[in-house]
Amino acid sequence: MGAAETPPPGLMLQISGLTKRYATGDLALTDVSLTVPDGQVMALIGPSGAGKSTLIRCVNRLVEPTGGKVVLNGDDITALGQGALRRARRRMGMIFQEYALVERLSVMENVLSGRLGYVGFWRSYFRRFPQADITEAFRLLARVGLDHMVDKRADALSGGQRQRVGIVRALMQNPELLLVDEPTASLDPKTSRQIMRLVVELCGERGLAAIINIHDVALAQAFAQRIVGLQGGRIVYDGPPDGLTAEVLTTIYGEEDWSKTMSKVEEDAETEPAV
Amino acid sequence: MEASIALSGGPIRRWRPKPLIENPWTRYAVYLAAILYAGIAFGTLDINWARAAEGFERGGRFIAGFFPPDFVSKRVEITEGLIESITMTVVSTAIGIVLSIPVALGAARNLAPLPIYLFCRAIIALSRTFQEIIIAIVFVAMVGFGPLAGMLTLAFATIGFMAKLLAEDIEDIEVAQAEAVRATGASWFQLLAWGIQPQVLPRLIGLSAYRLDINFRESAVLGLVGAGGIGDTLNNSFERYEFDTAAAIMLIIIIIVMGCEYSSSWIRRRVQ
Repeated sequence: MGAAETPPPGLMLQISGLTKRYATGDLALTDVSLTVPDGQVMALIGPSGAGKSTLIRCVNRLVEPTGGKVVLNGDDITALGQGALRRARRRMGMIFQEYALVERLSVMENVLSGRLGYVGFWRSYFRRFPQADITEAFRLLARVGLDHMVDKRADALSGGQRQRVGIVRALMQNPELLLVDEPTASLDPKTSRQIMRLVVELCGERGLAAIINIHDVALAQAFAQRIVGLQGGRIVYDGPPDGLTAEVLTTIYGEEDWSKTMSKVEEDAETEPAV
Repeated sequence: MEASIALSGGPIRRWRPKPLIENPWTRYAVYLAAILYAGIAFGTLDINWARAAEGFERGGRFIAGFFPPDFVSKRVEITEGLIESITMTVVSTAIGIVLSIPVALGAARNLAPLPIYLFCRAIIALSRTFQEIIIAIVFVAMVGFGPLAGMLTLAFATIGFMAKLLAEDIEDIEVAQAEAVRATGASWFQLLAWGIQPQVLPRLIGLSAYRLDINFRESAVLGLVGAGGIGDTLNNSFERYEFDTAAAIMLIIIIIVMGCEYSSSWIRRRVQ
């Protein structure tokens, strides 16, 4: 893992006082502070526009935060220059809503693009990746059951297959932390559960911490160890999955009859043993 | 129709498509004004029917001069002109495309900072403002008669054309794909090669084939101002009243342009 100088033991990510104001004047995040310990899978829930996507994009600075600090394993990400930021991004794998695969590239090329931060421009341009990277790509593709499709173009795959490729691309970076943005937003319920289970399993296998933005409260409760609720750019809930009561959901999402969601959650909790 | 409406019970709700101009007074005033203007404008045309009838006969003789087309007696000049034109076309297209790529990158608002964007858009505007003939006259004045002037003209025009259309395609890319490449820790050039090039390459190839075809057609015209190529040969044959040779040259141009047209549309279909 990263050669960070004396990281605070067990703290993968520390976010303090994070604020983001967009050029349009919209305040997306207000003084958000959050700590993610090693190996924890955390779900970030909240209504559309609550700032979930902005929050995880501020962690790898795809979005520049306006204020506050993000510390990854002891390194202050917010203080890094361009080159150092690129090296820091290698340590954070990102999985996207609607997969964000480069559609005209093959499965293997998409997977190998996870190594771009480690390989020079011309080597990457002529697709001459080190054999170790290619071996690892085949191993991970086999792990998610896609090693027979390496030369298929990404746009020829089904939704679930594409998201698996997206997961493998993120893992190819050999990350310490996974940033996952609505991984199931365009998948059917069964595939959604499979993808969530796969992400959580892989995090377990590699001891990865993860922040998962997710709309589906039931899925979040079934798969995450911890839930953080975001509302209007502020944290309004931070606790265990079973602490999500009707009152808490009302604070996060607003007034609604939550009894249906709650009962569904309980059923899920029974049929789906915690991973 | 009446019956079915009666069955449904309610009052009859009629529907007509909404006219473009809602107020009927304005609408008919606009129609009337348009017709009046056309009538008056036609009235100002000074048509001399007697002269036109005479002209028809002269035009007929002129066209008759084209037949039969003579491919043979000036075949050396024709071949030379053709080779010059094709060389001019290929070289100028290649140079133009290579130079247009950095301009296109600079002219894409989602890649370039504002000062670079404005500078590259200015290059595009400059290249697109003037007709090829005007640019060719300037280059002929600068480098003298011959194919070099034509080549410079076509390369210059290619930059504006390619850079504008390619920049628009770059601005239309799927942001998520580029963002995913950035998130891996890729450098700026890797972002171009992995996040953007795959998205715009089919368009780049299609535009290049199209531009090659345009440049050949233009090369035939540029000869008229002394910028070399088959256009020069054509111009000379007109000046010597060798209409049969001119006809042969025009037929050859038509055939080559048609060939370019078909092959470029075939290429564009294949690269998607």
